[in-house]
Amino acid sequence: MNRRLFNRLCAVLAVSTLGLLGLPAQAQDEAPDAFIKRLTTEVLDQIKSDKTLQSGDVSRIIALVDTKILPHVNFQRMTASAVGPAWRQANPEQKQRLQGAFKALLVRTYAGALTQVSDQTIAMKPLRAAAMDKELVVRSEIVGRGDPIQLEYRLEKTPGEGAGWKIYNLNVMGVWLVETYRSQFSQEINAKGLDGLITTLEARNLSNGKKS
Amino acid sequence: MKQPANSTGALRLSSLSAVRAGLVISLVLLTGCASGPNAHPADPLEPFNRGVYKFNDAVDGAVLKPVATAYRDITPSLIRQGVRNFFNNLQDGWSIVNNALQLNGQGTSDSVGRFLLNSTFGLGGIFDLASDLQIDRNTRDFGHTLGYWGVGPGPYLVLPLMGSSTLRDTVALPVDTQGSLTSHVSHVPTRNTVRAVDLIDRREGLLKATEMLEQVALDPYTFTRDAHLQRRRSAVYNGNPPDDIRYDEPLAVQPKDTP
Repeated sequence: MNRRLFNRLCAVLAVSTLGLLGLPAQAQDEAPDAFIKRLTTEVLDQIKSDKTLQSGDVSRIIALVDTKILPHVNFQRMTASAVGPAWRQANPEQKQRLQGAFKALLVRTYAGALTQVSDQTIAMKPLRAAAMDKELVVRSEIVGRGDPIQLEYRLEKTPGEGAGWKIYNLNVMGVWLVETYRSQFSQEINAKGLDGLITTLEARNLSNGKKS
Repeated sequence: MKQPANSTGALRLSSLSAVRAGLVISLVLLTGCASGPNAHPADPLEPFNRGVYKFNDAVDGAVLKPVATAYRDITPSLIRQGVRNFFNNLQDGWSIVNNALQLNGQGTSDSVGRFLLNSTFGLGGIFDLASDLQIDRNTRDFGHTLGYWGVGPGPYLVLPLMGSSTLRDTVALPVDTQGSLTSHVSHVPTRNTVRAVDLIDRREGLLKATEMLEQVALDPYTFTRDAHLQRRRSAVYNGNPPDDIRYDEPLAVQPKDTP
């Protein structure tokens, strides 16, 4: 088992979540790296000052995700990418259930990771993108004890003036979230079909819920 | 925040050269063994790897995890932090060599600075003063070095007791073992004790993470493999791997066919 990775993943997802957990988007066309820095810093501060979040209270975290994170994430795109070609064959109800189940699974990850936040801060890396780019990668590092933790976001520009950016993939320590689920999902789809994947995800969420 | 386990992301026990030799032989025998139509291209030995993974998981559940849990429950966190700092400092020493071999100036000087500072004023590495002074860790092993000089990772491998690796990193392992300062302790009982503490410390650091893995992964084997391979690849390119695989490509048209 790759212990180092999961150690880091755990530590960082807490912080990375924060990138997602921001405050409502501001009206101006904010620079993408400024957007990430603002969100991450605000959310880090919020977690540091909220003991119930740090202790991994799942219902509080779900509420936080719904109100603060999801407005900044193209979660449909994220789910579609993890599901792969089978997404195109899915009907609207299946898509809805897939998104819901995937979201619940990820929230679980964050709930565990939030307990790891302590004295970390965010350092942004230089943005390598042209002004007209509609999709780009923002790179940052979480600086705390030990190795700095590499954290990157893929952002897409929301059509329209001042609509801001949406996150559609997240890289922690060199590992893209969506890609990490893609093989597992396709394994499941190959064996049991799309409905099989949905059933597996929902069953997993149910048993996770019982454990906590 | 948790400190990293050692740089291959695995629990490294040395004095396993016999196991290694046996492994290489079995690999040769296994290479070419059929794998299913849906096999991951980087994991042609999946059936073999799954077997080893299962074995490791059983050993972990029976021995390592209970011991690490007990260690966590009875040892004050201050002491555990000191133990972890001590081993990280030894690792920083080896990172100096590998950062230099990878012509990474910043990484080399940071590692030298960390190692010298923590070894002296940090009382042999027990205190991590360098992190307080914001000198970054830049952990690199010999597998990274081979990768830097163009050696591809080869097939994914799960090593007995040591976990995720690749053929390249397995070949690099004896060099890393020699580079580890603990393998130069000549008093055998001391050396074994040090290694055991190192192992328990690293496992303790991962208790929460592995509990989480059980919840978030549909298939822990696949999850571990994909994450490990991506991560090693990224480290070889110093966090900037080339975008030769555009996973997001089909997504460019995604908004059109979704409501």
